[in-house]
Parts: sequence; structure tokens; C-alpha cells
Amino acid sequence: MYKTAKGQEIFVIDGHTHFWDGSPANQKNIHGKQFIECFYAYHSNLSPPAEKWELSKFEKYDAETMFDDLFVTGYDDMAILQPTYLTDFYKNGFNTTERNSAMKKNHPDRFILNGAFDPRDGEKGIEALHALSEKHKLKGVKLYTAEWRGESKGYKLTDKASYKYLEAAQKLGIRNIHVHKGPTIIPLNRDAFDVADIDDVATSFQDLNFIVEHCGLPRLDDFCWIATQETNVYAGLAVALPFIHSRPGYFAHVISELLFWVGPDKILYGSDYGIWTPKWLIDKFMAFEIPADITKETGSVLSLETKTKILGLNAARLYGIDVEAQKKKIRAGGGYAHLPEAVHAPR
Amino acid sequence: MTIMSGHAEHSEHAQGRPAEDRQAADRQAEVWACLQGVTDPELDESVTELNFVSRVDVDPENRVHIEFRLPTYWCAANFSFLMADDMRRAVMALDWVEDITVVLGEHMYADRINAGLAKGLSFQETFGAEADGSLDELRRTFLVKAFQRRQAVLLNHLLGVGHLPATIVELTLAMLDDLPVDNEGGKLVRRYLERRAVVGSPRADALAFVNAEGARLQAADLLAYLSGLRRVGVNAEFNSALCRGLLSVRFDLETPFVPKSKASSKSPDTQHVP
Repeated sequence: MYKTAKGQEIFVIDGHTHFWDGSPANQKNIHGKQFIECFYAYHSNLSPPAEKWELSKFEKYDAETMFDDLFVTGYDDMAILQPTYLTDFYKNGFNTTERNSAMKKNHPDRFILNGAFDPRDGEKGIEALHALSEKHKLKGVKLYTAEWRGESKGYKLTDKASYKYLEAAQKLGIRNIHVHKGPTIIPLNRDAFDVADIDDVATSFQDLNFIVEHCGLPRLDDFCWIATQETNVYAGLAVALPFIHSRPGYFAHVISELLFWVGPDKILYGSDYGIWTPKWLIDKFMAFEIPADITKETGSVLSLETKTKILGLNAARLYGIDVEAQKKKIRAGGGYAHLPEAVHAPR
Repeated sequence: MTIMSGHAEHSEHAQGRPAEDRQAADRQAEVWACLQGVTDPELDESVTELNFVSRVDVDPENRVHIEFRLPTYWCAANFSFLMADDMRRAVMALDWVEDITVVLGEHMYADRINAGLAKGLSFQETFGAEADGSLDELRRTFLVKAFQRRQAVLLNHLLGVGHLPATIVELTLAMLDDLPVDNEGGKLVRRYLERRAVVGSPRADALAFVNAEGARLQAADLLAYLSGLRRVGVNAEFNSALCRGLLSVRFDLETPFVPKSKASSKSPDTQHVP
């Protein structure tokens, strides 16, 4: 919960969080080591110095730390757990639905647990998706189209197998398809960053929402073009948002392009925890204004209303969260006990 | 006789050194200058300015050895290969070069890419069945984006110094080349002309400003056209900032960010570079 200087409560849903284990004990090979170190480079590069963690903490943080960073120190009211399996790199996987489900189990009002599927797993994978969905009542999944698997260099959402899985997801009531279109894991020559397949499936599956995580970076330009033509395509801000600290000028350009092409109702905040933490991201975001000359150029303004949508209302709509009812639940559970009566103004 | 190594700035012509050393230093500087013309296709920035090239050696037999590294262990293999291949081609064009090795370090596919490069194989041959095809299409996609970005910066500059859309769209390549411009404008014109042939005839009497399909621009739509190109520039700037930052953290470079020259400071793309 973020309260403005005037006392307005802003309900925050963090669209992108992980509960991972990248520790040396869980690393299967050099790739596991390099993977977490690459995440750590993102963390080190874009975090304010005071927010930097030691590598050992970054590799594996405990559930209490995560809860505290998101909901006590941080302003999140709820957080979506997005899995990343990486079973080729990590003995027990990196950030699986199973591992994440421990967080959800202990704090059911705080977390939304998402699953995952990979169309290359065939019929077996569809059965597994049924089981996973039944067990966790999934409303969303996270997909990695660029992930290598055996001989395969990734897949496209337009593949026949992908259609089968999307049809299955739709039947299971999984409405939110988060697709990782950002800096990627194992890209070869198939253009792992290509966002064109989103265009096709968004048209074919009008009842599904496609949340393009990392807003298509490094192909923001192509993504904006697609998103403007599809009503059910959304932009996830993870990775773009932390630039608000180190490169506010770039962030201003990116957010103004997103507002121009994608619009205020289709942008979702995400911290990408544990790469970055909600406290400083949201402090900076609430204090941020698009410079007048960029507004003049794009017409984009980051008003309080728009910020409220990006921080929580858009995700609430996608996941069917009744914000007022949810606040009551969280308050009843003592979730807001730490909040001072005095309001905190953006720094 | 020592093998010259290190960055170009270290190889100044020291007085009193043996002639061969001076020649090696000159040749090394030539290689660095040559590499400056090789770009990261995605960022449209020089691989030397991006700090990707970590070492250049020239031995007494005029064999060149180049080492480079990238911002992450996971940078796309096709782009990595493409840059290595472009470096090899560029340096081979120097008439004194007898042989060249380009070595990629600390990358997931370093061994395979280096083995392929050493044998002079194509990307397709290097990765065999795992590769989907040649890099030509990818190369073209990014040449077009580079063209668009350079064009947007130049058009903004020309508009900024008072040229009217109606005049701009009628300029031929010869006229653009002769246009009286300041240093800044001259640099933008040169950069634009380097990529102009990507989209259409570079004949002197051809129109200077055409779109990615080679069609002429319309004066009335010029501003709308430019705002469409804007996102290409924003995207590239953003990626560049990310890549530079990651590289600096990964290799603990002292200077994480090289500010853009003031050359393009009037363009909307770069106005807010901190």
C-alpha cells in the first residue's frame, strides 16, 4: 500500500516476482553460475548503491526476507509469482511453481501463483498443465519462447503445438499469458527477441490476455507497434522501470512511448524481485514526471490516475481482484499493521 | 622484437624506438581505426566505442589477433558471430594483413564460435543443424533500423536548423552532400549516407530521403513519419544504456558510460541522455 501525501491509498500489485534458488549448491553447471551472475549484473548495474545486495544473499534469499521486502518495507499489496524452471542449469530448478507455492501457501491473500508450460512437451505437458492448474487454481502462466531444449532453439506462439496449449489454457480458465520477451536465456539464431508471434495469437485468442514481459526489450519498437493494434496485449514494466534511477532520461522516453502506443490501461508494474525491490522503485516512480519537452513530443503524461492504474488497477482487472475486498482481507490479517498513521510522501 | 598489444592510445609513436616497433604500432592503430567502423548491429554503435574489443595484437609477420567480449554470457550467438565476422572482413581489407584471428571470450558459445571463426566457417556451418539459416536477413533487418535511426536524427537536425519539410523531401543525394552544414550536421549527413544505400539507389540524382521501402517522403506527413521512427531510436538508446551498464559491471570497467558526442544532442532521441 502506497499512500500519497494527500492520503490517497494506492493498491499495488507487483506483476513480476520470483522466489528463486540460484545458490552454488543448487547450480548444476557453469550455466547455472553464469545465469545468476547475469541477473546479479542487472541488479548491480541498475540499483541505487544503497539497495545493492551481497551476491550470496542475491543467490538465495529466504521467504521472510522476500515477504518483508515486498509487503513491509516495500509497498506491494499483492505479488504475482512468475516461475522460471531452468532445470538444465539447476538441480531443483531455479524458480519453479512448486517452490513459489510455499510462499503462496503461507500468505494466500498476498500472492498470485502462476504456472508455466512449454508446447514442446507434447501431450504429457498438457496433462501436466491440467494437474498444475487443478492443484494451484492457476489464472496465469509465464512462458519462455526463447528457451533451448535439446535440439530445439525455442518455439513460437504461432507453432501448432502452442495453439494446442493455449486452447487448453483457455479451457482451464487460465486467462493471462505472460510471455518473456526481453533479454533472454539461451538465444541462438532464431530471433529469440522477435515479438511478431504475439500479434498472431492475440488476434486468434481474443479471450486471453498477453502480457509481454519486459515490454519486448530489446525490441520495444516492434512491440509498441504490435500492442497498438491488439486490444488484449499488455506491457510488463520489469527491467524498464529500474532505469528510473540510473537513466531517468531513457525511462522517460520509454514510458512515454508505451503510454503513446500501448496506453495507460495496458501497462503493468513489476519489480522483478529479487533483481530489484519495490520500495525504491515505487518511491521513484511516484515522484517521477515525464519532462515537458517529451510530453510535448508524445502527448504522454504520467498522471496520478495513470500511476494508480500501472501500479495495481490494471493487474487487478486481469486477475479479477476486487481491490476494496482484498484490502479488507489484508487489513483483517494484520497486513497493514506496520503502516504508520502518518502518510509518507514520495521522496 | 616485442609483439605490440593493448589499446590504440597506448601505441603512440614513441621517439627513438626501433623502426619495426613503430611500424607495428602504426599497424595496430590502423586495426583499431578499422574496427571503429564495425558496429553492433542492434545498437548501431562502434564495437570499439562500446568497449567490446579488449585486445589487438599485430605480430612481426603481420598477423592480426583480436579479442572481444560482450555484456553478458548469454548475448545472442548470431549477433556475436556477426560482429566477429564483420571485424574479420573489415581488417582483412587492410592490404598488409597476412592473417587474422578473432576470438570471443567468456561467452556461452565461445568455443564453438571461435572454432568456426578459426576455420573460416559461416554461422550456418558453425552451428550446423542448430542454425536456421544465414545471417543475411538479420543483418539487413538491423541495417534498416540503423538507417531509420540515422535518418530520424538527421531530419530532426535539419528541421531544427530551419529547413522546411517541403525543401527537405525534394533534396537529392548530391544536394544533401553539398548542403552547407556545421560540424554537427556534417557528421550526421555522413552517418546517414553510410546507410542510405540499404534502402534504395544511392545515385547522386536519387532523392536523399526515402522510407525503409525506398519510397519518397511526403512533406505533409513528415512529422508523423518522424514520430513513427522515434521508437526505433528510443529502443536503441535504451539497449545501448543496458549493454554498456552490464559490460561495465561484468568486467568492472572504470567508465560505465561514454556520453554521446554533442553531435546528436539536438535530436529528440538523445536529448535526455543524462
